[in-house]
Amino acid sequence: MSTETSAQGQPIASTHPAAVSVAGVSKVFAARKGADVTALEAVDLTIAPGEFVSLIGPSGCGKSTLLRLIADLDSPTSGSIEVFGKTARQARIDQAYGIAFQQAGLLPWRTVRANIELPLELHKVGKADRAARSSELLALVGLLDFADKYPDQLSGGMQQRVAIARSLAESPGLLLMDEPFGALDEMTRERMQTELVRICAETGAAVVFVTHSIPEAVFLSNRVVVMSPRPGRIRDVIAVDLGRAEGRDEGLREADSFFEAVVAVRESLHGEPAGASAVRGVDQR
Amino acid sequence: MTRTGSPLVRRVLLGVLGVVVLAAVWELYKALGPATGVVLGDLTVLPRTSDLAMPHVWDMVARLFRPVRSAGDDEMMWQAVLQASFFSLGVAAVGWLVGVVVGMLLAVVMQRFRTAESALLPWIVLSQTVPLIAIAPLVKRWGSQIEIGSFSWENWMSVALIASYLAFFPVSIGALRGLESPDVNHVELMRTYSVGWWATLIRLRLPASVPYLLPALRLAAANAVIGTVVAEVSIGLRGGIGRMIVEYAAAAGGDPAKPWAPIFGAVVVGLLAAGVVALIGLALTRYRRGETPA
Repeated sequence: MSTETSAQGQPIASTHPAAVSVAGVSKVFAARKGADVTALEAVDLTIAPGEFVSLIGPSGCGKSTLLRLIADLDSPTSGSIEVFGKTARQARIDQAYGIAFQQAGLLPWRTVRANIELPLELHKVGKADRAARSSELLALVGLLDFADKYPDQLSGGMQQRVAIARSLAESPGLLLMDEPFGALDEMTRERMQTELVRICAETGAAVVFVTHSIPEAVFLSNRVVVMSPRPGRIRDVIAVDLGRAEGRDEGLREADSFFEAVVAVRESLHGEPAGASAVRGVDQR
Repeated sequence: MTRTGSPLVRRVLLGVLGVVVLAAVWELYKALGPATGVVLGDLTVLPRTSDLAMPHVWDMVARLFRPVRSAGDDEMMWQAVLQASFFSLGVAAVGWLVGVVVGMLLAVVMQRFRTAESALLPWIVLSQTVPLIAIAPLVKRWGSQIEIGSFSWENWMSVALIASYLAFFPVSIGALRGLESPDVNHVELMRTYSVGWWATLIRLRLPASVPYLLPALRLAAANAVIGTVVAEVSIGLRGGIGRMIVEYAAAAGGDPAKPWAPIFGAVVVGLLAAGVVALIGLALTRYRRGETPA
């Protein structure tokens, strides 16, 4: 055996493996009476380090399932998933990703700071290092003044910022987010999006972002993955080129390039290949 | 916090008011009720109002400040009652502690292994239908056969064991509900941190169980006190409130206020037990943030 092998015995392909590499993944949920539900079918997706990718699609298209598979909260029925060249399971064990859900999911008996320090504490990081890291993250999400408050004393937006800070605690190269702004009002939501773009630029993490909202996906992403339901498939991958993070401010939301990308994603969602036709087909929904 | 100030005073005042109202109702019925009691058909619904059946409140209180035997130069009644109360409280505390530990362990095992839950839970529920009077002699007999080196089983241990038998039940049920209370969200978060069952128990399940555990601990304290008092009678343990109640009841004919003294003692024991649990709750305030203020 060569020494140039990874833990799984596979030859190392390159020095910079993709952040996420999904190949031929299907997921079938066994239901009673043999009526299995195919949540995902033959999904291929590669996400580069530092890339921001949104998964968008109607309910039941399997976008959350795909995220859960990458997070190793579920395992695929067939196909393979690699995160930074490791199996999803190994990546979870190695803390290769941070995760944030729709519910902030903060522990109510811990202060904001203690919530952010939770993963560090669980992984036996020393007290001084924990305090330093949590201060850094509190500053990053603009909550230094709220370090000693409890989650129930914060607004929904603030709680979600704490959850994002917590997901960044161990400086993961990959951030998995499942509709993290889904429960927020529109104003808060847009402000959080702007902040997320800034945070991602500062941390350089790749992001897989599940959302229902077209403008949100377009504003945040380098690429938008459009999915279709029953069975969940990738219908389209739309590259969005809205420039570097520093340039993405509120003005961008009214720019033509933004609208063009929104239209492209919407048309794809409604069943037409992006850019194939200028005329919208009959809307069947 | 500012809200510990006046509401606390209010609550104490309300508590005192409750006692005063109870005494007033007692005296009012004694003064106005029929001497033969209220009888519906053959059934006595309310007691006779004679001094024998219902001594005056002040007589009962005054009795506490006279010697135990009216004639002798014994210690004061209140001293004897207090002594017995603390004896019973001690035994109840041991029973409570054992019950809490056993209840928690059962809950943890049931949370960990689903099969254990379906195997244990029916028995735990069933265990509480066995009458205390039935198990007391058994416990005493089994206990008397235990003798390891210099250790020998004593009667008070039987009483504590029976108290724990009543105390463990609410704890195991409450703790199980509490341990299973965390959201899927939180459990999955712990999984993404790839920490094991133990860390999840310590960092997530136990803290989350506190709001469920505290009422269970309060119930367990009440059960332990009742178990102790009743078991003292059935085991025949001297020195506690239970035995005192039985002994003094015999003296009711000549000294009607006397049997009430140990009953007051039992109330004191119950209040102290509830107070200790309230203190535990105070120490765990941080874990009760989800609770709506009572």
